[in-house]
Amino acid sequence: MPPRARSPRPRPPTRRRLLQTGLAALALPGPLPGPLAAQGFAGLAGTAQGFALPDPARRFAFPADHGPHPRFRIEWWYLTANLTGPDGAEYGLQWTLFRSALAPGGGEGWQSPEAWMGHAAVTTATAHHVAERFGRGGIGQAGVIAEPFEAWIDDWHWQGIETGRLAARGRDFAYDMTLQAEGPFVPQGAAGYSVKSAAGQASHYYSQPFYRIDGNLRLPGGDIPVTGRAWLDREWSSQPLTPDQTGWDWVSLHFETGEKLMGYRLRARNAPPYTVATWIAPDGTPTPYEAGHLAAEPLGTTEVAGRMVPTAWRLTLAARTLDVTIAALNPQSWMATTVAYWEGPVRATGSHPGRGYLEMTGYE
Amino acid sequence: MHAAGLAALLSHWRRHPLQLATLILGLALATALWSGVQAINAEARASYDEAEAILGEARFGQLLPEEGDSLPQSRYVALRRAGWLVSPVVEGRVEIVGVTLRLIGIDPLTMPTGLAPEGEAIAGDLPGFLTGPGMILANPADAPRIGDRLKARIVASAGVPPGVAYTDIGVAQRLLSRDGEVSRLILLPDQPRGLPDLSAAAPGLALRTPEQGSDVSRLTGSFHLNLTAFGLLSFAVGLFIVHSAIGLAFEQRRPIFRTLRALGLPLQSLVLLFAAELTGFALVAGALGMALGYAIAAALLPDVAATLSGLYGAEVAGTLSLRPAWWAAGMAIALAGTALAGAGAMLKVIRLPLLAPAQPRAWARASQERLYLFAGGAAGLTLAAFAAWRYGEGLAAGFVLLGALLIAAALALPVVLHLALSFGQHRARGALAAWFWADTRQQLPGLSLALMALLLALAANIGVGTMVASFRLTFTGWLDQRLVSELYATARTDAEGARLRAFLEPRADAVLPIWHVEARVARLPAEIYGVIDHATYRETWPMLAALPGVWDRVAEGTGVLVNEQLALREGLAPGDPIALPEGWRADVAGIYSDYGNPIGQVVAGLPHLVARFPEIEKRRFGARIAPADVPGLARVLRDEFGLPAGNIVDRATVKRFSLQVFERTFTVTAALNVLTLAIAGFAILTSLLTLATIRQPQLAPVWALGLTRRRLAALELARALLLAALTIVAAVPVGLALAWVLLTVINVEAFGWRLPMHLFPGDWLRLGLLSLLAAALAALWPARRLARTPPADLLKLFASER
Repeated sequence: MPPRARSPRPRPPTRRRLLQTGLAALALPGPLPGPLAAQGFAGLAGTAQGFALPDPARRFAFPADHGPHPRFRIEWWYLTANLTGPDGAEYGLQWTLFRSALAPGGGEGWQSPEAWMGHAAVTTATAHHVAERFGRGGIGQAGVIAEPFEAWIDDWHWQGIETGRLAARGRDFAYDMTLQAEGPFVPQGAAGYSVKSAAGQASHYYSQPFYRIDGNLRLPGGDIPVTGRAWLDREWSSQPLTPDQTGWDWVSLHFETGEKLMGYRLRARNAPPYTVATWIAPDGTPTPYEAGHLAAEPLGTTEVAGRMVPTAWRLTLAARTLDVTIAALNPQSWMATTVAYWEGPVRATGSHPGRGYLEMTGYE
Repeated sequence: MHAAGLAALLSHWRRHPLQLATLILGLALATALWSGVQAINAEARASYDEAEAILGEARFGQLLPEEGDSLPQSRYVALRRAGWLVSPVVEGRVEIVGVTLRLIGIDPLTMPTGLAPEGEAIAGDLPGFLTGPGMILANPADAPRIGDRLKARIVASAGVPPGVAYTDIGVAQRLLSRDGEVSRLILLPDQPRGLPDLSAAAPGLALRTPEQGSDVSRLTGSFHLNLTAFGLLSFAVGLFIVHSAIGLAFEQRRPIFRTLRALGLPLQSLVLLFAAELTGFALVAGALGMALGYAIAAALLPDVAATLSGLYGAEVAGTLSLRPAWWAAGMAIALAGTALAGAGAMLKVIRLPLLAPAQPRAWARASQERLYLFAGGAAGLTLAAFAAWRYGEGLAAGFVLLGALLIAAALALPVVLHLALSFGQHRARGALAAWFWADTRQQLPGLSLALMALLLALAANIGVGTMVASFRLTFTGWLDQRLVSELYATARTDAEGARLRAFLEPRADAVLPIWHVEARVARLPAEIYGVIDHATYRETWPMLAALPGVWDRVAEGTGVLVNEQLALREGLAPGDPIALPEGWRADVAGIYSDYGNPIGQVVAGLPHLVARFPEIEKRRFGARIAPADVPGLARVLRDEFGLPAGNIVDRATVKRFSLQVFERTFTVTAALNVLTLAIAGFAILTSLLTLATIRQPQLAPVWALGLTRRRLAALELARALLLAALTIVAAVPVGLALAWVLLTVINVEAFGWRLPMHLFPGDWLRLGLLSLLAAALAALWPARRLARTPPADLLKLFASER
């Protein structure tokens, strides 16, 4: 009697693999049709069927727009900060909450199609601490409320948008900060309509670059009181990238003059980079620069997590006689999260000295 | 030179193919039973591991409610918001037309690494898993049976164990009607630093650390230990065969060994050749044994699976997979067994005097020293057995007791036989009778190994048979007591349950609700049943110990009944207080027997249970009715009330089903029993064949003195029967001792219930006659050969150097 041999069981995937594929699917209703690469970075080029699309005529309404926009597929609350310790040592801090609707339409409790993802990091000149959280919408584990403003996932929380408290915790670090907005919220792009490609992909996008931040970093070496400047980016869309776009380089800079610069460069497989910038005056007045004005040129690469990443850049914006070189505080600021990317504090030298944050995605 | 030597050695087997077959078959059988049992165990354990892998019970700590079987979902969110990395699991059983599935709801976003074996399937379509009607992953065997009854996409997935399905926690809550409830929380290994103390953050939740293992492994451990013991016993018996075959071959090849040495083959080379030959046989026989073992395992596995499922609720795949470790272990045991069995012969080759006459001689004479050694060993082991019984604890001590007892009995056997034969010799009248007894005694050393094997096989047979039969007798009687209602009906909803009760009331003598909740009692899963105050229970319930007025106490709510398993586990006696879920405290009013149930059970007054668990399913009822009216009521229920036929069961069916489960439970035991006995019979045959050849020099003088060959052959046959009969008589007390240990020590430790021992002399008689028949058959062949030995051959013994 020949007994049937059972086919070998597939090995359980690692959490990483599971969620990597899963997160790509987060942004994509329906089964994943092809390899990740065909979907742009992190599936951000997925189709927007059933979701709302950004509208150039729409104007921000606060405080409601501080809250979530469930009709859109993806949305984030993205805060970065340049900090200084009592001994003058520089630090970087990140607190990010991503919302991703897995399907259009709402739902109660576990039936809510919303998935939330939190990233937190603290960067020193020699170390980069990262933590990541996932949570389901609808059950209270994670979410955002516009008024009074509250954003949370697990015990990471941010309460108050003008004057706020911000905390997060990982396996080997924690922070507890207070925020004070010293300027207005600044719409990016055309009154908040931020175009991402020549084909017209766009998002709603505003920033709060005028936060004063101070608080306490808890690192393996002990507690460090810090103070500095923070920058919030709020962005929502349903299909912000074209399938051809492979990643972006994004930078925010606080100049010593009180002026600010936001710039990004979207890289595409078969087209030149799409580069956009906003110059922000000390009173918060934005001047958007359409594609082609800002020039960003990689100066040198560093091997990070087994790949080459440009961690030094030359930025020029002729209209503002800007010509700076930016360099990472810690070139190894790798966010080893489910969807991995580079994110860390930088210092600018040249025509406009200052500090800021650099984010680079899609370097495989 | 080596090639020629090897050819010379192997030529023996060409001339004695039967001997070769004996050797190979013996080793193959020994390996087969051992490896078959191992394969079954490995398959079952792998199935548990798969089931546990889903639940994360093997590797992760878990937070369980201290009382009840669920915690509010808000506790999960609160713990997350306090910083604890926990992942929720909701679990329950869903019934779909006769199929019961263990449905496990998980949250893929928070669950730890590798928790779900089919993570790929989830990851491939996370939105499909998390949103909409959801996705249910089930074993390919279960998937078609689920069909679309659960209103979710069913995905067949080979990695999901049978009887299990998993899905998103939201879907599971909906299907199990457990909205907002979580069964337990998995504690992720890497918690953030600086969190407050867990006990402060999670009051009312008990932490189960990963080492504590799952309920299934704990429950089934004894069953597998049982199987392993059987496998080991068979292996030992099989080795007796190999030992005698190798011994025989050595005796017959003495001239070859001497000649090879005389021709200049160095001793070292000879030993090497001999070892190579044995290794070759071991490999061939081992491979054959593994194939046989695989077949045995595959044949027995469905029964084992049924047993485990019926007895413990543990699901095991009914098919066998090949595991490299199992192959390696099987071949290793075959090699080790051959080495063990061949060690004696090997030593003799090394010590072989070059110039001594190359004559086979009867095996070592019965020496007083050897008998003293056996007697001493037996006495020591008996002491060890007693110590294990008196001072040992747990199942392991039970098996030490069992093992020591059996080996002691085996060692004592030659001593007992020697004494019996000496007694016979003293009583003998006449030269022939005296020679018969003395010669029988002389043969004891050569046969004692085979007889020991027979003793062990017989004792195991009697012991296990007595246990099973005692169990069956008790179980059948107990079933009659426990199945008090003539008809059982189950409604599909609580509302239908209420209508069902109203429908039954005027049509039956009494309607007994059978409602229960599953909860944790003393931190382990248990069932709490509610009973109404009714004469039926007072008259028939199988109580083992009780306080006076036990049923009044239950009716009042001051007392509850607990089953024997729970009482033994927690050391409860009537009058002791017991803590139940929902802060319920009561006294143990009585303890009742509850065979076949692996978990604890509590019986309480129904109104008191419903008051504490208002959400209890109120669907099942038993109806007391005259047996003749049962078919009529069943028909009315089906046709007028509209209950599906599957929801109406009469007592006879339940009883038949229960007995079926019981019988399947012991099918494996019975099969192993028969195989062990067969191997023992084979061992006797090979031993007798061996002796027959070497005994010719001892028989030739008797023949020369005038005894015919026929007469000699008859005496040989009688001798074998006498020895077998003596062994059978000796096996009865050993078997009974074994049964006693199984019933009062092993069963209590393994299952938690004590059983009365019943004696079945008819079974022993049958077994004894069968064994005698086997011995006779085994002896017949060598005896026939002796009867047909040409007189010239016997004469030659005087003429030649022998």
